[in-house]
Amino acid sequence: MAKVDWPAADKRSLIGKHISRTDGPVKATGAAKYSYDINRPGMLWAKVVTSPHAHAEVVSIDTTAAAAIPGVEAVWHDETLKEVVYVGHIVAAVAARTEEIAQEAIRQVKVQYKVLPHQVVDNNPSLAAGNPAERKAGNVEEALSKADVVVSGEYGIPVITHCCLEAHGEVNEVKGDEMLVWPSTQAVSGYGNQNLAQGGGVAQNKIRVDCQHMGGGFGSKFNFELAPGAKPIAAILSKKTGKPVKLMLDRDLELAIAGNRPSAFAKIKVGASKDGTVTAFDAETWSTGGQGGAFNSGIMPYPLTKVPNVRIIGKRIITNRGGQRAWRAPNHPQACLLTMSALADTAAQLKMDELEFFLHNAALTDRPEVYREELRIAADMLGYKAKAHLRGDPKAGAGPVKRGIGIAIHTWGGLGHNSECDVTISGDGSVEAKIGTQDLGVGTRTCIAQVVGETLGLSLDGVKVEIGKNSPYPPSNGSGGSTTIGGISVSSRKAATDALNALLAVVAPKMGVAADALEAAEGKIRQIEKPHVAMSWNEACALLGKEQITKRGVNVPAESRTAKLIDANVGGVQMADVSVDIETGVVTLNEMVAVQDCGLIVNMKLCESQVYGALIMGVAYGLYEECIYDAKTGRMVNADMEFYRLAGLKDVGKLKVHLMTGPAYESRGIIGIGEPPAISPGAALSNAVANACGVRVPNLPLTPDRVIAALQKGGIA
Amino acid sequence: MKAFEYATPSTLDEATAQLASSWGETEVLAGGTDLVTALKQEITSPKRVVSLKNISALKGIKASANSVNVGAMTTLAELAADKAIKEHFPSLVTAVHNIGSQQIISVGTVGGDLCQRPRCWYFRNGYGILAKQGDASLVPDGDNRYHAIFGNDGPAKFVSASSLGPALIALGASIKVAGPKRKTRTVPAGEFFRAPKADNERETVLLPNEIVTDIQIPIRGLKNATYEVRHRFGLDWPYVAAAVAFQNKGGTVSDVRVVLGHVAPAPWASSGAAKALDGAKVDDVSAAKAGQAATQGAKPLSGNGYKVQMVRTAVKRAILAAAGAA
Ligand SMILES: Cc1cc2nc3c(=O)[nH]c(=O)nc-3n(C[C@H](O)[C@H](O)[C@H](O)COP(=O)(O)OP(=O)(O)OC[C@H]3O[C@@H](n4cnc5c(N)ncnc54)[C@H](O)[C@@H]3O)c2cc1C
Repeated sequence: MAKVDWPAADKRSLIGKHISRTDGPVKATGAAKYSYDINRPGMLWAKVVTSPHAHAEVVSIDTTAAAAIPGVEAVWHDETLKEVVYVGHIVAAVAARTEEIAQEAIRQVKVQYKVLPHQVVDNNPSLAAGNPAERKAGNVEEALSKADVVVSGEYGIPVITHCCLEAHGEVNEVKGDEMLVWPSTQAVSGYGNQNLAQGGGVAQNKIRVDCQHMGGGFGSKFNFELAPGAKPIAAILSKKTGKPVKLMLDRDLELAIAGNRPSAFAKIKVGASKDGTVTAFDAETWSTGGQGGAFNSGIMPYPLTKVPNVRIIGKRIITNRGGQRAWRAPNHPQACLLTMSALADTAAQLKMDELEFFLHNAALTDRPEVYREELRIAADMLGYKAKAHLRGDPKAGAGPVKRGIGIAIHTWGGLGHNSECDVTISGDGSVEAKIGTQDLGVGTRTCIAQVVGETLGLSLDGVKVEIGKNSPYPPSNGSGGSTTIGGISVSSRKAATDALNALLAVVAPKMGVAADALEAAEGKIRQIEKPHVAMSWNEACALLGKEQITKRGVNVPAESRTAKLIDANVGGVQMADVSVDIETGVVTLNEMVAVQDCGLIVNMKLCESQVYGALIMGVAYGLYEECIYDAKTGRMVNADMEFYRLAGLKDVGKLKVHLMTGPAYESRGIIGIGEPPAISPGAALSNAVANACGVRVPNLPLTPDRVIAALQKGGIA
Repeated sequence: MKAFEYATPSTLDEATAQLASSWGETEVLAGGTDLVTALKQEITSPKRVVSLKNISALKGIKASANSVNVGAMTTLAELAADKAIKEHFPSLVTAVHNIGSQQIISVGTVGGDLCQRPRCWYFRNGYGILAKQGDASLVPDGDNRYHAIFGNDGPAKFVSASSLGPALIALGASIKVAGPKRKTRTVPAGEFFRAPKADNERETVLLPNEIVTDIQIPIRGLKNATYEVRHRFGLDWPYVAAAVAFQNKGGTVSDVRVVLGHVAPAPWASSGAAKALDGAKVDDVSAAKAGQAATQGAKPLSGNGYKVQMVRTAVKRAILAAAGAA
């Protein structure tokens, strides 16, 4: 009997290997279809009417002029909407025969507003509302008073947006009692929720979701809502017109309303003893997530869970900005930047080498040995010893360009989610795996093929993977929290194992041995003890005749964790090496290294790609990204790709990735990777800039204006 | 974008005849890298767009012993690749390459670069070229990190976007313009740009029915260079730019021009910096002195004081680069 346990390292044929994604060619050639590419016969184009005011009462909406335009087939407005609370708030929508007509029509929707006062400022704690959250441990005041050194600082990280390359939206086709929908989503099985069903006037189990490829979600694409709380507009318009409707956000709205990561600002005091041990951490934080939730600072000091004396006060500022949504490792990048900055400032104050300081304080984390090992590897990869210097040391460079290194560490959960998979083996030898999961561009399809192929002793081409659709594909959870790889690997492993065992039961009598004595390997069914006694995979399957074997595998996270198929909690270390031109304030990233553990790695190449991608995203928010709001007009003034800056290839410097392998890590089972490596980059960059130029640039992104301001304050420029 | 009529004349006469005599009724289209964005943002919604792409007279670069003549429809990439330009005017080559996007420089034109509209985000968000809400400018109390530190006491607070402008002014170029009925005029590059005083004015001395036809750059053996403070390598804008040109004979410097970009509503000629360098020998000290002089009279707004430091550095580095470019 084939077993579900992961094969030992020397037995793996596909798992753990460097394998290119199977859908690379269709992406490179443009054959892959995204929501925007879906064009249905008779399809209409929809556009939304949005509020130009940051806060206003909606007095009336007159859609007659818009509806009268030839080619306009439906106009909808939100009758329940009495108040708009940010610029870009959706109030109405039109569906028309062409995009141009739709664009013209939204101009003709007359909305009367009564403008109300707005508030978009988030960097001032006195604007906070409600009771702050508070977390206490030990006695922070006493510990600070007894500490050898107390370091205080103010730090911050602004609101940024997900900036998905593919905007939010879908093509929706309500057809009789069914709804066909082609969304850009990270939750195929969960997409057809009750609200969507209601919008299209169909039963929830009549929604057919199809998302084969999608261009980025990062936490912002779990449902149909174009902006948090938005109505199912495409479904409503399709129902109204009886025609398919395409509704995708334009770039400016995508940036302003489709979701963002809350800001986080803090005043922090760190108490430490002479040897560098952190004894007290006292922080007051404030943040905005628009009208919704804000940064949860309760996870600080991050990830130093064992600091004995802690006080964290978390304040929330309600603003008339677009709403927040989960952003790759919610709360962690902010907590990391705030904590790591304060810690590196403490090390600098103590005149202690930053690496020594982190090695020492790793004792205060949940996994000291992992961090220490990773810190040493990262230091080797970067050539830390040769390059490192204390903050303000002349070794940073004699000319205007100063060089420095910064360190940050992080953690994340990543336990595999609920997932079900059907594997079917047919008499012709074909194998099909079906899961109602999604591939966010991370390689989920490829990993399923690897797990099933590994289990059945087949190559990647021997397995056809069907994903991206909800029912009748077996349900699988949304891709959030780095939970997908664990979930789909276990469900597909179980399904494939059960299917194989059913096949072995058929084959065993023909080979004259018990099923237990057989294994699937190298495209054959063979005797474990006498591998040369074998039957080819196709011959074996032919014994099924017209029958098929279909088995469903189910991942129950807690059980799989006990069985060591999956696990949670990883540690990662990142180091950045930057140059700062102190005459211009320009920060250049020379090199960044990331060392990460994530249990048993299914695909080494894709896993590394996840880390590279996270580093690039991290460099972007560390050096460039921020949503800039104008206080007076309440507008996001940089809702474009010009002043909402992202990193280009040349900006990201040299990136090096090292993933932890070996029995100690692999025996834990599979753990998610998507989020953890996106946590540390901002903090590592900030610490590197401080190390290079001798002063802390308190707020991300590390733009020249901020660097010059910090240098001038520090008396350096 | 609103619907418009599209004209593709093949002569200058036809083109100018199709242009209206007030701004906004018609627009000239060159490479379209700026105009199409502006149409989409609906900061202009003309009735007619007049494309210059079929007018062959506007294309090409001609070099003589005394000057180089650049047609307005020459692409930025063609400009930077031209032998005479590379030989005599490295400041232009740097300015083009710094734009950082092969797509933009392959399609964008020299005329379009000079006439492009400012990137002020209040302007681009629909508050007009003077960034006004009601009667008041949004800039002084708003987010003005990218706005002007010089010449900002009038109603215009944006910065001129053109990278070629400062370099051409420093090189003493002149800009030829054609209007209706074959009327032409030549404007010194230093007089081409101006700060608008009213919402219906533009940022150059062009009349609504005039077209830039070509640019004449004298070959005078000037050392020249552009230095821009930029954060990203890819397509982006500089924070501050400095273009310099000077004679450097017998170890001392004369005929100095220092022109700053991205600091004022028009390219900003710094006579103070020029004077500081005039007669000196180029070295770190004299370059730094000129850089310091260039900051005189700066009046930063609430959020752009950092640009003063950048001006200091950009001017210094441009001077050193020009002297090194023997
Ligand atoms: C993100 C970004 C960064 C950029 N960075 C830079 C930079 O660093 N430096 C820089 O200089 N530019 C930069 N650019 C701008 C780019 O160089 C310009 O868009 C381009 O030069 C415009 O040329 P075009 O031929 O496409 O002009 P068009 O878009 O066709 O026209 C621009 C304007 O000029 C007018 N016009 C064009 N030609 C003529 C003519 N012959 N006579 C009269 N009027 C005319 C048009 O009516 C229009 O108003 C950047 C652009 C982007 C999007």
